[in-house]
Amino acid sequence: MAIPAPPLSEVLALWPEILLSVAACAMLVIDLLTSRDRKADIGWVCLGVVVLALVGTLLHPPQAGSIFSGMFLADGYAAFFKVLFLIAAALTVLISLRYLDDEGIQRGEYYALLLFATVGMMFMAGGGDFISIYLGLELMSLSTYVLVGFIRRDDASTEGAVKYFLMGAFTSGILLYGLALLYGLTGSTNLAAVAQGLSGLSLDNPALVLATILVVVGFGFKIAAVPFHMWAPDTYEGAPTSITAFMSSAVKAAAMAGLARVFIVALFPSAEIWEVLWWILAALSMILGNVVAIAQTSLKRMLAYSSISHAGYALIGVVAATQAREVGLAGALFYMFVYLFATMGTFSMLILLTHRGFRSDKIADFAGLGRSAPLAAFIYIIFFLSLAGIPPTAGFVGKLVVFRAAIESGYVVLAVIGVATSAIAAYYYFMVIKTMFMEEAVVQPQLSPSRPLAVGLGIMVVATVLLGLFPAVVLNAVTESVKLLQ
Amino acid sequence: MPLSWYLVFGALLFMIGVVGVLTRRNVIIVLMSIELMLNAVNVTLISFSHYLQDLRGQIFTLFIIAVAASEAAIGLALVISMYRGKSTFNLDEVNVLKW
Repeated sequence: MAIPAPPLSEVLALWPEILLSVAACAMLVIDLLTSRDRKADIGWVCLGVVVLALVGTLLHPPQAGSIFSGMFLADGYAAFFKVLFLIAAALTVLISLRYLDDEGIQRGEYYALLLFATVGMMFMAGGGDFISIYLGLELMSLSTYVLVGFIRRDDASTEGAVKYFLMGAFTSGILLYGLALLYGLTGSTNLAAVAQGLSGLSLDNPALVLATILVVVGFGFKIAAVPFHMWAPDTYEGAPTSITAFMSSAVKAAAMAGLARVFIVALFPSAEIWEVLWWILAALSMILGNVVAIAQTSLKRMLAYSSISHAGYALIGVVAATQAREVGLAGALFYMFVYLFATMGTFSMLILLTHRGFRSDKIADFAGLGRSAPLAAFIYIIFFLSLAGIPPTAGFVGKLVVFRAAIESGYVVLAVIGVATSAIAAYYYFMVIKTMFMEEAVVQPQLSPSRPLAVGLGIMVVATVLLGLFPAVVLNAVTESVKLLQ
Repeated sequence: MPLSWYLVFGALLFMIGVVGVLTRRNVIIVLMSIELMLNAVNVTLISFSHYLQDLRGQIFTLFIIAVAASEAAIGLALVISMYRGKSTFNLDEVNVLKW
């Protein structure tokens, strides 16, 4: 039986993925030919490729619909997330260029792995089948495991990587078992076909309940929702700070993209089962993430817990989408988008304070920063305001959108928990600001500025402020992109 | 043999894997347990695939085998990296970062 080759238009719809994959492979080869002190050049090549893909996707988003017999969906939803991942990847390269020298890990593989991870994320957002979503998830995860353990001489980095790897591989197994059961129940792995198969099933079917729970647990681990979050603080703390920034923004958004696609499209007929589970996970993440963050002395670890709570806020959107699909999903997507800039921004500021032989991640290290480097302190405040959800920053609009979605779809309690925990969050962010301005410096904080880092920070600050003042542009794009999600 | 036998076999294998990951502290045995979980998934997928007379399940299995191989490669590399720093395979002794 001859299998017809896919038409060229379908292949072309995947051009960003193809470009990044080819570039990543090429960079592995170029790396061998590059002398040790010129490795940063590979970073610049990587940046160029990512920006090229980003501009191309923005100007001409692939809208081919279902391609490769339903394996991939080149729709607005996928295009939106592609833009998000590419922005995150470009910013990660910008903040890494100097930081890798400071840590002594300037190597070509770093940038190649970053590109592979980005391709995996794109497959997750654009997957129309359990197989392609799983492959994307693994490509992303496997690359990230290595990136987390990239500082090989550092025990914390290796330990974070081992813990992340064991948890990630374990939960992949759990997720897969759930997907296998769904395949048995519905006879297909295609998202739309699974939805069709499920709609004929009784919700009392124990296999369906088990499969749904397993898939919830699997994705719960991937987005680090409480109670499946225990790997996140260790991994975030141990990883190179640039990778922590990448993980808390792009990897989390990718897991959210896959999650929303699987649950809102394929598992929608069994929404009654999983809606409660995600409700509980969202509430627990918001409460526990924010409460435990107060007790942290390491800023990196505090931000890890804050990142757990932000997964909870984005989950509100997914829960709300069971009643009001467009509003809820748009809320979750917009939240991930605005959260990207603020969270990457705070981690980039940690990079700014890291220089050779000194890694600053204790909150006490920031004492006196307000006096010695007022501009850096001011930028920090903007990011913290956005994370805490205070106007006029982007975080405020993000929270407003998800809370409104929750109230409109009848999840008032969830919105109340969200507002209450935001107040807790504001407390610990302001404690850091207080440390920066009110306390005397024990050691004078030293900055390690570089031009790429400054450009990256500039983009993040401008985006955080502009998205707060003029959210309509992105919000409309998001609403458009979720409309066609079938 | 009926489908249910294979499914029960897969489920038992999966449970052995899960219990192994949760109770064992030696990182190599944890890795083996994870492989066991993935193979339990493979057994389940293939038996469904045969029962449904549909090839998707077997294709999925082939992909899982390939991914499991690369996962093992990366996992063992990380374990070596951990052993060089700590000279131990015991996960309880890996505690620079508090769990």
